[in-house]
Amino acid sequence: MPKSGLTGSRIRERRQALSLRQSELARLAGISASYLNLIEHNRRKIGGKVLIQIARALGVEIATLTEGAEEALLEALREAASMSRKDTAELDRLEEFVSRFPGWARLIAAQRRRTLTQDRTIEALNDRLTHDPFLAEALHDLLSNVTAIQSTAGILMETPEIEVQWRDRFTRNIHEESSRLAEGSQALVSYFEDQVQAAETRFTTPLEALDVYLAAKGYHLPELEGADGSEQIDALVEAAPELITPQSRALARSYFEIYVGLARRLPAEAVTAFWAETPDPAALASAFGVQLSQAMQRLATLPADAVGQEFGLIVSDGAGALLFRKALDGYPVPRYGAACAIWPLYQALTHPLRAQRHTVETPPGRRFETWTVAEPVTGLQFDRAPILRASMLVALDRGGANSEAAIPIGTTCRICPRGGCAARREPSVLIE
Amino acid sequence: MPKSVLLIEDEPNIIEAIGFILSRAGYQVVSHGDGTTALDAVARETPDMLILDLMLPGRGGLDILRDLRAAPSTMALPVMMLTARGQKHDRDQAESLGVSAFMTKPFSNKEVLSQVQTLIGDV
Repeated sequence: MPKSGLTGSRIRERRQALSLRQSELARLAGISASYLNLIEHNRRKIGGKVLIQIARALGVEIATLTEGAEEALLEALREAASMSRKDTAELDRLEEFVSRFPGWARLIAAQRRRTLTQDRTIEALNDRLTHDPFLAEALHDLLSNVTAIQSTAGILMETPEIEVQWRDRFTRNIHEESSRLAEGSQALVSYFEDQVQAAETRFTTPLEALDVYLAAKGYHLPELEGADGSEQIDALVEAAPELITPQSRALARSYFEIYVGLARRLPAEAVTAFWAETPDPAALASAFGVQLSQAMQRLATLPADAVGQEFGLIVSDGAGALLFRKALDGYPVPRYGAACAIWPLYQALTHPLRAQRHTVETPPGRRFETWTVAEPVTGLQFDRAPILRASMLVALDRGGANSEAAIPIGTTCRICPRGGCAARREPSVLIE
Repeated sequence: MPKSVLLIEDEPNIIEAIGFILSRAGYQVVSHGDGTTALDAVARETPDMLILDLMLPGRGGLDILRDLRAAPSTMALPVMMLTARGQKHDRDQAESLGVSAFMTKPFSNKEVLSQVQTLIGDV
């Protein structure tokens, strides 16, 4: 039987597999049968104590009930609701909605993604309108043409007894300015046509283009495994439809060079064999003589079936901007804007070169293991603060429940249901 | 003796139109088209008021205004600045530097004349 993506449906599937009646499970979990019925039909949200009790009664880990491909869909729908100006989306019935209308739910999520892309395009065009020197000069020239025409025409209209030589002179001026106005307008129209075409055929930033490309490839690039020259890199760049602009191709090229270097120093088979024996990124880095962040990068870009588990990887610079975002099922990474300030990723920046391991818990109660480190990207220099970059490797926590040690985190404030969070920077749509 | 207006603007047809309107109203109009030497023109002409374009070749109108307000001889000189629509940031900056008035392009002849008369004290 295929596993459903929703917690309630999974509880139902698991209960039926154990041949338990609804009333029996409800009694074991300490809730009413009618309440369990609502949960199983995804009409009540479930989390916290009730989820722990049900998982215990069913004899499974919490993650088994909450893990699912639909988590990303739910997150996308919450984001879509958070952007609504009117508070009309019934967020408390989100799971029910996804359960009953999965096609519509996916359509809304897809439209949300498209809207975000369009927002970014508009923002980029807006920036261009504000800061583009060509546009500023062209508009200034147009306004000057119009001013000269209006003022000169006004003189001719308001001065009927004007001398012939002045009249001829002003008529000529109007003709000159009209010609310039026509040329300037045509140049502007061509300019806008080029801009719109460019915006439609490329991603907003080189980083985003690379992000989209890597996500489509699953982050693993078999073409570059064992590559020894720039030929394979050139071929990969040329074959990538997402990498349209010279900037995105240059960025991809540098990323691919790093990938080739890591693939050489951390061969896939050796890494997977080592990881099977010693699942510790710091030990891996030490054994292969690479930086910890490099070992993390390599683990996150190897196929999950080879290394035995799926990894997410998030890399941030010292300003908190996300430079690499490989999300993990159940651990979404915001596409735009800042992430949750409580993520261990950001704590790493306050303790450079200190490898740290944490267990974190997302709002639906899913637990993940994180390994973090912040390392300087350049050599140390006297009297200069190092430029740091933090890396956080994420994997589903397989170490069992340990509620005291888990750090409660979110994705981003607008869709985080946690109340009383000292790190909150803006209100959440999920909190009344 | 007619009052004098120095027009610092680089568009010849705008210079000609404004020059015609103000001359017919009895003012003596002198024009100057370069931002770099605008302060020299002010020192030489000692006008009763200045019409200053915001975007000029060589040196921008805001820079020129800043120097005018810093010099005792031109600190109180009435300055009307020509700006384009949408240049709110520049207008805010000009106000903080002590501009006397703005005229937004495109403007009507009556507006220009009326503003000049007000600033020069003929109304």
